[in-house]
Amino acid sequence: MANEKKIVWTKKDLLGLEYLSREEIEHILYTAASFKEVTTRQIKKVPALRGKTVVNLFYEPSTRTRISFELAAKRLSADVINVGVESSSVRKGETLIDTGKNIEALKIDIIVVRHDCSGAPNILARSVKASVVNAGDGWHEHPTQALLDIFTLRSKLGRIEGLDVSIIGDIAHSRVARSNIWGLTKLGAKVTVCAPKSLIPEGIEKMGVKVTNDLDEAIREADAINVLRMQLERDTSGVFPTKIDFFRQYGISEERLKICKKDIVVMHPGPINRGVEMSSQVADGQNSVILEQVTNGIAVRMAVLYLVAHVKR
Amino acid sequence: MQLKERSKILDKEAIEKALKRMAHEIIENTKTTDETVLIGIKNRGAHIAEKLADHIRAISGRRPLVGALDITLYRDDLTQASEQPVVHATEITFDIENKRIVLVDDVLFTGRTIRCALDALIDFGRPKLIQLAVLVDRGHRELPIRADYVGKNIPTAVNEVVEVRLSESDGKDEVVLCEKID
Repeated sequence: MANEKKIVWTKKDLLGLEYLSREEIEHILYTAASFKEVTTRQIKKVPALRGKTVVNLFYEPSTRTRISFELAAKRLSADVINVGVESSSVRKGETLIDTGKNIEALKIDIIVVRHDCSGAPNILARSVKASVVNAGDGWHEHPTQALLDIFTLRSKLGRIEGLDVSIIGDIAHSRVARSNIWGLTKLGAKVTVCAPKSLIPEGIEKMGVKVTNDLDEAIREADAINVLRMQLERDTSGVFPTKIDFFRQYGISEERLKICKKDIVVMHPGPINRGVEMSSQVADGQNSVILEQVTNGIAVRMAVLYLVAHVKR
Repeated sequence: MQLKERSKILDKEAIEKALKRMAHEIIENTKTTDETVLIGIKNRGAHIAEKLADHIRAISGRRPLVGALDITLYRDDLTQASEQPVVHATEITFDIENKRIVLVDDVLFTGRTIRCALDALIDFGRPKLIQLAVLVDRGHRELPIRADYVGKNIPTAVNEVVEVRLSESDGKDEVVLCEKID
């Protein structure tokens, strides 16, 4: 599947796909394919990170990403500590950098961080020697999600180069969209983003994507669609249409899929708002790879943790 | 580090002869009740395992199952290796429970790779027994490990390197003794 180009991984952190070359992204995908085999074994554990400690530092609620990182670290034999914001000293006013320095004083090797501020992992990475892996920062990037989307897509269709991929829904608030755009365009896919005007950020076309407000146009020729979650919890300014309006215009239903290629790949980063961005029939249907994305997430995160942990410092 | 070629130890014909003899020995040691499988250590051990399986088929009419094992994740020098090792996929598509496994590698040196491979294999199940076949044994063991089937014993100095080149990965079949130059 992957071509076996030999590159040497040199980055101590994974902050975003913006900062990676095509070769580095391909190297992660190649390594992830090797780890995929590990996750199918009866004993799903290898000693590659024995004696290393990973802390999951989550300033935003998350279940699937945190569990996925935790499982990935445990399957590499690392020790894992979970710090949620509600239980930490952040509540007492500690700054991110101070938290980082304290984590470092505890001799922790890898910090997996999710933060509601864009760029927080970058700041943390500069101030600590430990590796920092971005598990989602504000509206900026969610690199491991995009990597697992791309990994899943490539295992389904055998390639990324030349594919037509449409990203549909709340582009404005979506770090998943941004990371996917960086990754897919670097690997040579043609990317279209589709949403109502209020959910398209200004200047997004500078990232090399086609922009449309017409869903049929976005899905008709697509090899794959990545349907984003409506981040209803972020609705503070009234930019969101009502749920029923959104589904009528932009929701992916079986009826809607009739104009698409028969074997179109349907992705969703989860959690799904059934009946808002996607109908249940589509989410559970033949074209959906949503649960494969979840499975592949562990292999991709194992690969990322392995690569950053063993970088030459 | 650069390598300077000193001498060719085995050519294509000599490699085939050695493998054929090893295939005979593996068959000779097989009890009729045992099911033998070959597992090659990636990358070159895996190619040698395929070649050995072909020889075994030519002699006995039955080709044993062949798997390929990547031992990177079990290495004891992951944190010290000069260059980050690339993780390749392990391809063992059969159950190793109760099988007689012949582990195959190109060169037996310190024995550390074999130690990793044993750890890795045992995570896949409980084989009946594990034996070791290597194309070249160059000495300098650092662990209590020995081979059951050896293509050729080559006495070497520590600063020397035995390079096994195979058509599948290197375009030709030969074994060459090289010297490290700093």
